[in-house]
Amino acid sequence: MTGREEEWRFTPLRRLAGLHDATFTPGGRITRTLHAPEGVTGGVVSMDDPRVGAVLTPFDRISAQARSAATEAYAVVIPAAAVLTEPIRLTVTGEGGRDAAAFGHTLIEVGAHAEATLILDHRGTVTYADNVEVNIGDNASLRLVTIQDWDGDTVHAAHQRIRLGRDARLRHAAVTLGGSLVRLFTTVEYAERGGDAELLGVYFADAGQHLEHRLVADHTVPDCRSRVEYRGALQGADAHAVWVGDVIIRAAATGTDTYELNRNLILTDGARADSIPNLEIETGEVVGAGHASATGRFDDEQLFYLQSRGIPAEEARRLVVRAFFATLLQKIGDATISDPLMAAIETRLAKGPA
Amino acid sequence: MATLEIRDLHVSVGAGEEEKAILKGVDLTVSSGQTHAIMGPNGSGKSTLAYSIAGHPRYTVTRGSVTLDGEDVLSMTVDERARAGLFLAMQYPVEVPGVSVSNFLRSAATALRGEAPKIRTWVKEVKAEMTALGIDPAFSERNVNEGFSGGEKKRHEILQLSLLKPAIAILDETDSGLDVDALRAVAEGVNRAAESGELGVLLITHYTRILQYIRPDFVHVFVAGRIAEEGGPELADRLEAEGYERYLQPTS
Repeated sequence: MTGREEEWRFTPLRRLAGLHDATFTPGGRITRTLHAPEGVTGGVVSMDDPRVGAVLTPFDRISAQARSAATEAYAVVIPAAAVLTEPIRLTVTGEGGRDAAAFGHTLIEVGAHAEATLILDHRGTVTYADNVEVNIGDNASLRLVTIQDWDGDTVHAAHQRIRLGRDARLRHAAVTLGGSLVRLFTTVEYAERGGDAELLGVYFADAGQHLEHRLVADHTVPDCRSRVEYRGALQGADAHAVWVGDVIIRAAATGTDTYELNRNLILTDGARADSIPNLEIETGEVVGAGHASATGRFDDEQLFYLQSRGIPAEEARRLVVRAFFATLLQKIGDATISDPLMAAIETRLAKGPA
Repeated sequence: MATLEIRDLHVSVGAGEEEKAILKGVDLTVSSGQTHAIMGPNGSGKSTLAYSIAGHPRYTVTRGSVTLDGEDVLSMTVDERARAGLFLAMQYPVEVPGVSVSNFLRSAATALRGEAPKIRTWVKEVKAEMTALGIDPAFSERNVNEGFSGGEKKRHEILQLSLLKPAIAILDETDSGLDVDALRAVAEGVNRAAESGELGVLLITHYTRILQYIRPDFVHVFVAGRIAEEGGPELADRLEAEGYERYLQPTS
C-alpha cells in the first residue's frame, strides 16, 4: 500500500497509526455495553463461529488486519419475528489512548420478520479497526444508527457490510462527529429480491479532522432499491471530508431503483470536501439510477444578508446549518435519536472553528 | 418619529496602498414620513453609502458619523443596526441555500421583535403581503433567493420591508433590472409600507423611472462621493431631461 491506490488516495496513511502496515502499537482496549430489550441476546463468540465471515470477507488491508488480530467476536441476535419497540444500544468505548491499537469484530443477526433499531455508539480514545457483519433475514427490518463521536485523538477504520434477505429493509444512518481520522466503509448486498436499503449519513468535520465515508451498494439481484444521502459540514483549517459512493448494477439486477446524493457545506476557509459518486450499470432495464453531488459555501455575504435582517451572527450560522441537516435527520425517523444528534451538531457549531 | 443623520461621512475600500476613498463627505438627514431619492451616475458611490450605513465589512468609515435618533450607528454590529430600525433592500440579494423563505422571515421577525411572532397571525400577515406583492404562496418553501428571477428577488426584498417594519429603509437600486409590472408591484409595496407615515425612505436609483411611482419629497444628486445638488421632486424631472452630464463637466 502506497496511498496511491484509488481506494486510499484521499486517506492520509501516516495518520492511520500503523493500522495499514502492521506498525501499530498494541495495547488498546475496547469495552462493549449492551442495553437491549428482552429477547435480544448479546455476547462474545469465538472467531471460529460459522457466522464470522459469512457476510464480510476482508476486502482491504485494514479489514484483513482487523480480522486476523481480533481474538473474539461479539454477536447481537434479534430473534425471528421479534418486534422491538425500544432501541438496542451497543456502546463501544475505546481506551488506551491514541497510540494503542485495538481490533474488533461484531455480528448482528436480525431474524426473519423481525423489526428493530440498533444504535452502535463509538466513544473514547483509541486506535481501532473493526469489521461489522449484519445479516438481515427475509422480510425483516433494521434501523442501524452508527455513531462515531470519538474523542479528539481517535483513529477508526471501520468496515460494515450488510446483507439484506428477501424483502428486507435497512435504514442505515452513519453519524460521524468526533475522532482525528475516521474512515467508514459501508457495503450493502442483496441476497434476494425486494431488498430496500436507505443509507443516510451526517458528518461534521472540524479543524484537522479527516472524516471519510465510502459506500458500495452492490445490486446483484433484480428488484432491489438503494437510496444514499450523505450531508456534511466542515469548518476550520484542514478539516477534510471524503465521500465516495459506488453503486453497481449487475446485468442480472433488472428493476433496480437507486439514487445517491452527497452535499457538503463549507463553513470557513481552509476546509476541503472531496465527493465522488460512481455508478456502474450493466443493464438498461432499471427503474431509476442517478446521483448528485454538490459542495457549497457559507460565506460572508450570506452572513451579512441574514444579519442585516436583525439575525445575530451566531444565530445566522445555526439557521443555515440546522436547515442543511434537518431534513436528513428527520429521515432517521426517530426523534429520540435525531434530536440529540442535532444538539451535538449545534454544540460543535457554537464552538466555532478550532 | 425616527431620524437618520449622516454627517461628513468618508468611506474607503481596501487597505494600505490599495485603499481607495469612495465617499468624500456626505451630509444627509432622513426622517420618518420622508422619501429621499439619491440619484447619480454609476460609480458615484451611491451603493457604498447604502452598504456603509448597513455595516458591510468591506467598507471602512474613515471620518464622520451616522446616528439614528442620536445613537451611534457606526459602533453597532450589522444585526444591531437592523434591530435599531435600519433596513437595506439590496441590489443583489444573496442566496442562502437550505434556508426557506418562511423560516428566514420568521427568524428575522423574531430577532427584530424580540419574541417569536404568534404563528397564526404571522402566517396570515405573510400571506397578505405576498398576495399584495403578487408573490406565489409556494415561494415560502423555496430557499432564500436561490434560483429567484431578478423580479422575484426584488419582490422578496420588499416583502421583508413590509413585514419587518423598519424605521428607515434604504432601497439600493431596487428598480434596476425590473420590467414594468415588477417595478409597479415593488413601488406599490414601498408606498404601502410608507403609508403609515412612520417610515423614512432613502431610495437610491440610477434611473428616474421609479420616481413616476414613488414620489420623493427630496432629491439629492450624488456625484464623485458627495452630494452635488439637492432639491425637490422637480430636480428629478430636470435630471430626466438633461442627464448627469452637467455635473460631470470639469469646473473651470
